[in-house]
Amino acid sequence: MEQILNYPFNSSLILRKKKQLKNYLLGARTDFLEKNVAILGGSTTSEVISVLEIFLLANGIRPTFYESEYNMYYEDSVFENKALKDFNPEIVYIHTSNVNIKYYPKMSSSHEEIEEFLEKEIQKFKLIWKSLEPYNCSIIQNNFELPIHRSLGNLDCYDERGKTYFINRLNLEFAKFANKNSSLYINDINYLSSHMGLEKWSDLNLWFTAKYVLSFEAMPSLAHNISKIIIAIYGKSKKGLVLDLDHTIWGGVIGDDGLNGIQLGNETAAGEAYIYFQNYIKELKERGVILSIASKNDHENALLGLSHNDSVLKVEDFNTIKANWNPKNSNIAILAKEINIGLDSLVFLDDNPAEREIVRNTLPTVSVPEIGDDVTKYLTFLEGESYFEVVNILADDLYRNKYYEIDKKRQEDLVMFQSYEDFLISLNMSAKILKFEKDSLERITQLINKTNQFNLTTKRYTSVEVEGFMKNQSFITLFGSLDDKFGSNGITSLLIGKITREQCFIDTFLMSCRVLKRGMELAMFDTFVKQCRENNIKEIVGTYIPTSKNKIVENLFKELGFELQNENELKSIWVLKTESYLMQNKYIRVN
Amino acid sequence: MDKSEILNRVNEIFKDTFDNEDLVITEATVASDIAEWDSLNHINIMGHVQREFKIRFTLQEIANFKSIGDIVLAIQGKLT
Repeated sequence: MEQILNYPFNSSLILRKKKQLKNYLLGARTDFLEKNVAILGGSTTSEVISVLEIFLLANGIRPTFYESEYNMYYEDSVFENKALKDFNPEIVYIHTSNVNIKYYPKMSSSHEEIEEFLEKEIQKFKLIWKSLEPYNCSIIQNNFELPIHRSLGNLDCYDERGKTYFINRLNLEFAKFANKNSSLYINDINYLSSHMGLEKWSDLNLWFTAKYVLSFEAMPSLAHNISKIIIAIYGKSKKGLVLDLDHTIWGGVIGDDGLNGIQLGNETAAGEAYIYFQNYIKELKERGVILSIASKNDHENALLGLSHNDSVLKVEDFNTIKANWNPKNSNIAILAKEINIGLDSLVFLDDNPAEREIVRNTLPTVSVPEIGDDVTKYLTFLEGESYFEVVNILADDLYRNKYYEIDKKRQEDLVMFQSYEDFLISLNMSAKILKFEKDSLERITQLINKTNQFNLTTKRYTSVEVEGFMKNQSFITLFGSLDDKFGSNGITSLLIGKITREQCFIDTFLMSCRVLKRGMELAMFDTFVKQCRENNIKEIVGTYIPTSKNKIVENLFKELGFELQNENELKSIWVLKTESYLMQNKYIRVN
Repeated sequence: MDKSEILNRVNEIFKDTFDNEDLVITEATVASDIAEWDSLNHINIMGHVQREFKIRFTLQEIANFKSIGDIVLAIQGKLT
């Protein structure tokens, strides 16, 4: 049944079967992330919400909705609003569109008047966003779709009185503002509507009968897009891409056709299409998506193909290459372990429907789009699903592949040592462990939302909430970055403690799997205990909340010297007297 | 297409819309007969009907529908 929600969306069926879909999805899993989502509409939102709910459920988020009265988006956000306050929104989605533009230029408008109109429209939205700040929520804001009818014709896009021109300027202002504001996210309906075509996107009949600004057919695309932004905010987007080789990243079969026989390069149309595809994949890699290969080929042949002069993707672009004759599902399971990435973070691309089916059936959490066997269509499906949606690109994303490369060197080095201790000493590690600071908030938030394994409580927070901890005196916040002789690992560990009189409760303690088994958690905890002592904290209380992924830390508190206070299947509570704690970090110089 | 076939297909739409497998409608059924048949659901039903039969209603036609019979008749008119 979930197949209905795959790209290309069968709008008709989704709308018809939405109630059955909802019931099915609610029964399909139990580990939903619960989120309060407020929808503030500048037009009718009822059906948009129903479809959004389905797409969120399909992605593991169970929403509770607040829906503004018709066209009350401005009033609901700007004026005192007890109902919204009580609702406590974590996400506010502002569903406005070009029907909500009040001050369009007129034919008689002077340049100055038009500038004033633009300013008024921008100020209206800035006031809305500002007014929502106290809710500490993430704001998703539609930009504007172009007008379907333009009485000025082509001139509409370059005469300052044109609606198209005016809307393009508004969209640019939105973009600039969102770029500077970390809790504002743009839902790019300008792109969505042009991708679909304005003629299909809008339905004037539906506008006049029910005040929907978009057609029923467009609603699944809109809802899917919003859901992907929300998923990206909570760090649940995909992280890795596994590629087949023959007929997927080049045309032909390297083992049969040889280096000069495969289609790659500008000599043929197909060869060019594969280059186009490879360029896109390379862009994904450059912004932090981890690439690997699962191919039925001799390993030497795989390397041979990648050595092709025209190949954009080179051997070193791939974190892991599994080219052998084993089943792909077992190769994918192995490479996921090697990269240390969850299967549910992987997307698998293969032109062969049988391989896709096997992987889909044996590894149900791996995403396997039905890309077909036409290279010019692969990206349509890959993009249609928005697997790799991101809400920002941090320095850490750009370096991610570098980190993995360095780590490979570290692993190679490891075998040369007699003992693991000797290896740790040889790394010459140093750490910076500091209180949360403004410049690092985005990365801190990213870690909070992405880290699954070394994570005691798996609590998720938005950047606004994290900033709240940073500013609040009754919280001890620490983030740590670890360097060694091979290079930097970036910010990889966090600790948040809430002070209540002489006790400090560990709200969050996590570490990226990038630095497991290096003793970083000890350096972090030592620093934490020192700060607790400085704050006259007598007792530290730790909670371990088991999930399907964080088994590796089930004994952490015990190892740190905590005593078990009580335990049930949902959590265990641990206590440590600060005075009796002995510092445990041995291998890392701190600050 | 004869009226009973159209009515059957419209009935399927109603079952989906109100998530009720046992729902039976007749040409005499009107909005007040089904508790959840409000104006927003009416719009949804109009959408489903137009997609199911690949037809378009005008604003005037939608405004004039009073019963299932009216809708069935309008569909039949568009299909012939």
